[in-house]
Amino acid sequence: MTTPQTKQFEQAALKNYLLDHAYDEMFSGPDQLHEHYQPLFEHFTSLPPGELQQRKHAADLSFLNQGITFTVYGREEGKEQIFPYDLLPRIITSAEWATVERGLTQRIMALNMFLRDIYNEGRILKDGIVPREVVYSCKQFRRQMVGLQVPRNVYVAVCGTDLIRLENGEFVVLEDNLRVPSGVSYMLTNRRVMKRIFPQLFRTYNVKPIEQYTQLLLGTLRSLAPEGRPEPNIVVLTPGVFNSAYYEHAYLARQMGIELVEGRDLVVHDNVVYMRTTSGLRRVDVIYRRVDDDFIDPLAFRPDSILGVAGLFNAYRAGNVTLANAFGTGVADDKALYAYVPDIIKYYLTEEPILKNVDTFLLTRKKERDHVLANLDKLVVKAVGESGGYGMLIGPQSTAAQRKEFAEKIMADPRNYIAQPTISFSRAPCLIGDEFEPRHVDLRPYVLYGDKVNVVPGGLTRVALKRGSLVVNSSQGGGSKDTWVLSQ
Amino acid sequence: MLSRVADSLYWMSRYLERAEHTTRLLDVNLNLMLDESPTSADRRWQRVLQALGNPKDVEWTGDPYALTRALTFDTENKASILSLIIAARENSRHVREQISTEQWHRLNSLYLQVTRPEIQYKRMENGAVGAQSAEPTEFLQQVMEAVHQFQGVSDSTMSHGEGWQFIQVGRYIERASATAMLLEAYHEDLWLQPERPEGNEYLEWMGLLRSATAFEAYCKVYTADLTPEKIMEFLLLDEEFPHSLRFSIDSLQQALGAIQRESGKSRADQLRRLAGKLQGSLSYSDVDEIMAQDVVAYLRGIQTQCGAIHSTIYQLYVDYSIQAALAG
Repeated sequence: MTTPQTKQFEQAALKNYLLDHAYDEMFSGPDQLHEHYQPLFEHFTSLPPGELQQRKHAADLSFLNQGITFTVYGREEGKEQIFPYDLLPRIITSAEWATVERGLTQRIMALNMFLRDIYNEGRILKDGIVPREVVYSCKQFRRQMVGLQVPRNVYVAVCGTDLIRLENGEFVVLEDNLRVPSGVSYMLTNRRVMKRIFPQLFRTYNVKPIEQYTQLLLGTLRSLAPEGRPEPNIVVLTPGVFNSAYYEHAYLARQMGIELVEGRDLVVHDNVVYMRTTSGLRRVDVIYRRVDDDFIDPLAFRPDSILGVAGLFNAYRAGNVTLANAFGTGVADDKALYAYVPDIIKYYLTEEPILKNVDTFLLTRKKERDHVLANLDKLVVKAVGESGGYGMLIGPQSTAAQRKEFAEKIMADPRNYIAQPTISFSRAPCLIGDEFEPRHVDLRPYVLYGDKVNVVPGGLTRVALKRGSLVVNSSQGGGSKDTWVLSQ
Repeated sequence: MLSRVADSLYWMSRYLERAEHTTRLLDVNLNLMLDESPTSADRRWQRVLQALGNPKDVEWTGDPYALTRALTFDTENKASILSLIIAARENSRHVREQISTEQWHRLNSLYLQVTRPEIQYKRMENGAVGAQSAEPTEFLQQVMEAVHQFQGVSDSTMSHGEGWQFIQVGRYIERASATAMLLEAYHEDLWLQPERPEGNEYLEWMGLLRSATAFEAYCKVYTADLTPEKIMEFLLLDEEFPHSLRFSIDSLQQALGAIQRESGKSRADQLRRLAGKLQGSLSYSDVDEIMAQDVVAYLRGIQTQCGAIHSTIYQLYVDYSIQAALAG
């Protein structure tokens, strides 16, 4: 950074980069970098002006040509969109990652024990650690699962936990996604693109690989096959080409070398699941399903579903097929239950939670509800069963009318909402036009649990691309970044 | 292989073959038209429409460019090149994980190129031709090239297993029907009414051959001496030329045999019989025999047989009843 030209560029590119009280992933203070960002910073500021845009454009084209897109619902024109991503990687040190990894392992084990418990003896309910009504009032609690044994007691085999960084830099859990978490194909694709666009920079950093994910996923699914099926036939079940994550379903099936099936490809006969092939019917043993509980079997759940397979649940009950994830895991990522997860960890593992929760107000408790209603302009309110950034009120950015609407909703159905303080989670530099600007980011690492727990180093860093926005979901204008976990 | 996947691969391939055929017909005729008096346009373009099976809602109104636009860019019209490419790409999207990345990439690029030219070519300095182009020839050339590339990529990057064989089945069944239809259109218009006032029959015969990419290959066998009988012989019965009917049916039969071996279907007898009969009749006929009979009826008979083969493939591999499959 000695020539005047690069200096000029650097000043221009960062002149709007203002730090606030949120933790900054790159800067530890004004003009002060976190040490591990130094090589990245030097590399980017040494590029000639316009170079970044050019590379970005090349990468955009490559995404589009490869059909790496997601579908935005409710829009006719140009329904397939490329997933917006940012060129600057987000870097996590190996020490930071070690804590995250231990924390996530602890969490997925405890949540699986919890699911096994509530669908069987219900010890945790008897001991009064989690109130019965929180579990039984949850829409995702599936009575059909009571008393049913699942292979290896694994309910949640694939999990994507949303983490954020507080102002002090500490990672905390914002949400558990225990049903059909998505986004992992973007994690893998981001990495591929970054390695192609910035090979030298990538080499400079000693980044832990993530490409083994699909192999680990296949191993996880295989380890969960029903007994007596040594060469299990494993498939991915997708709602179909109109689903927003279809690209990902196809991607994973191809990378694992297994069939991608739709509901109409499967038939159940005598509690055995078959797929329709050109050589006749072939038995299916493990289904990595990317279809929600509600839609998966019109006989057991929603009768109007056309995506599902009639009789699938009975075949599952009979132990002839494994589903990953199991039915009814949504009860454990309910946002009201979330408040109890630290206690759940202590109860089953007799350990302190390694990753903390965000403070959560339960609106069924009158005192907490009154506090929330009086402070709606400062808090975030979320519907307990929603995901994708839907059904949310962000107090400081809301209008009086929106707050009134939510107050009424809360009064009408307090169990359906929770509230949390508005957390200004960490920000990372993003290339916006010609300049770097700070944007809020979260982190969704992917955890696999079959015969053992595997946490893939990194995950999907999601970016709220709108200035000041705290919503990172792709359905709400979010993007992503490649996430580099350093080896040392 | 999943029945649904076989279905999608088959149609992906058929639609692409049809797109390529339509493209070439338009290209050849737009070119030949330049050497002709405007009065003969009626016959030419009605023949083109007939060779394409008289697509619904497309009519000859006297403007060759309007007709070309309707058959190229009109997405309301299911037979337009654009619609065919969109349909092929949609089918490939359903089997995204079954085809190679290279195949998908080639087809998806073609799709983007024809549906969203503004994105694709923003940065391209030259050769940018989109759907809005006034001169269709370049566009048609690009589509043909892209389809050829796709076929090349399919052959060299996808395992030649069952899926690839279904692609072959789709391609050759489509090609056989299209060639039969093309010959029928020319036969009615030229063989049966040889007296043309303009007297440029040579150009028309050349057009027929070029519509099947056969001009050069024909000349290598028969020299540039174009006669209706030899053309008929070449396009129907030549053993080595990839667009001849005989070649298409041979290839179809080969692919069906491979699928049968791979999928182990024991009840494929009827299918073998149907395709074998057609293959035999093409292998052991000579052109004088064919020309001596009602040629139009003969060509229609071939199209009917192709239709029957299609239905039987479906009953056997895609649309079979669950009860029968469980019993078998």
